[in-house]
Amino acid sequence: MTLTHYLVLAAILFAISVFGIFMNRKNIIVLLMAIELMLLAVNMNFIAFSKYLGDTGGQIFVFFILTVAAAESAIGLAILVVLFRNTRSINVEDLDSLKG
Amino acid sequence: MTLTTVIFYIFAAILIASALRVITAKNPVHAALSLVLSFFTGAVLWMLIEAEFLAISLVLVYVGAVMVLFLFVVMMLDINFEELRKGFWSYFPFAAVVAVIMAAEMVLILIAPSTGLDAYSAVAPLPEGVSNIKQLGVPIYTDYLLPFELAAVLLLVAMIAAVSLTLRRRKNTKYIDPAEQIKVKRNDRLRIVKMDAVVEQPEPAAADEAGDKPAA
Repeated sequence: MTLTHYLVLAAILFAISVFGIFMNRKNIIVLLMAIELMLLAVNMNFIAFSKYLGDTGGQIFVFFILTVAAAESAIGLAILVVLFRNTRSINVEDLDSLKG
Repeated sequence: MTLTTVIFYIFAAILIASALRVITAKNPVHAALSLVLSFFTGAVLWMLIEAEFLAISLVLVYVGAVMVLFLFVVMMLDINFEELRKGFWSYFPFAAVVAVIMAAEMVLILIAPSTGLDAYSAVAPLPEGVSNIKQLGVPIYTDYLLPFELAAVLLLVAMIAAVSLTLRRRKNTKYIDPAEQIKVKRNDRLRIVKMDAVVEQPEPAAADEAGDKPAA
């Protein structure tokens, strides 16, 4: 089990979540879940580098990423709830009121 | 192949399978539960390279808090998931090509001998008497104190934002407004009505006595 093992696993996980964002482009809930998966892949890279290179800075950074990701998903879900109350739908294609 | 490598492969397979399940599940509740499984497996993989503190906090923060929030939202909202599922496979060829190329590029670079990643083949074990928590806690409370405090403030801001976004006044609740209570004047509450005094008339004594006698 080397550093490469972890990096390859994280790369595959990241590609899977990109794939998920492509496939579930209508459903905001699953989009948020795919973003969480992406963050897991990134955190895995950070931790693997931190442990194999013997530098604790990476693990501390993961700690902060976890904090920010928790805040992000809490606010994202709150926005989702407000959106559903206003439009009765979470379909991304219904969100065209700005007519951009 | 050592035992830890075998364990790594098993958990990596579980992680990838559950990640695929997250993005392809028809029911978002299943997707959320698969995401729980992938976070848990990720935590096990972190524990395998002795990042115990982050592994535990991943389980506590993500599985315990964030995923419960996801499940709450999925179950609370009445969403027609069949409608959102329409045309799910129409982007599949494009998405698959992009994802496979991305993964192949990254993997090819990572396994190339010229990157020199082979030099890092094993984690140096922690010295006797030093725990991972202490190893992280000392820099967090010394070198990274300001970012740590900012992270705490960020969580507070996120909490207030989430509450204020979803707060709504119900029409039928009987809440009190202290400002309105303080502003009230005497004349708002008390109305003095001018009227003639009522004089009580003395009743006839004879009729009163007759009424008091019990029937014989």
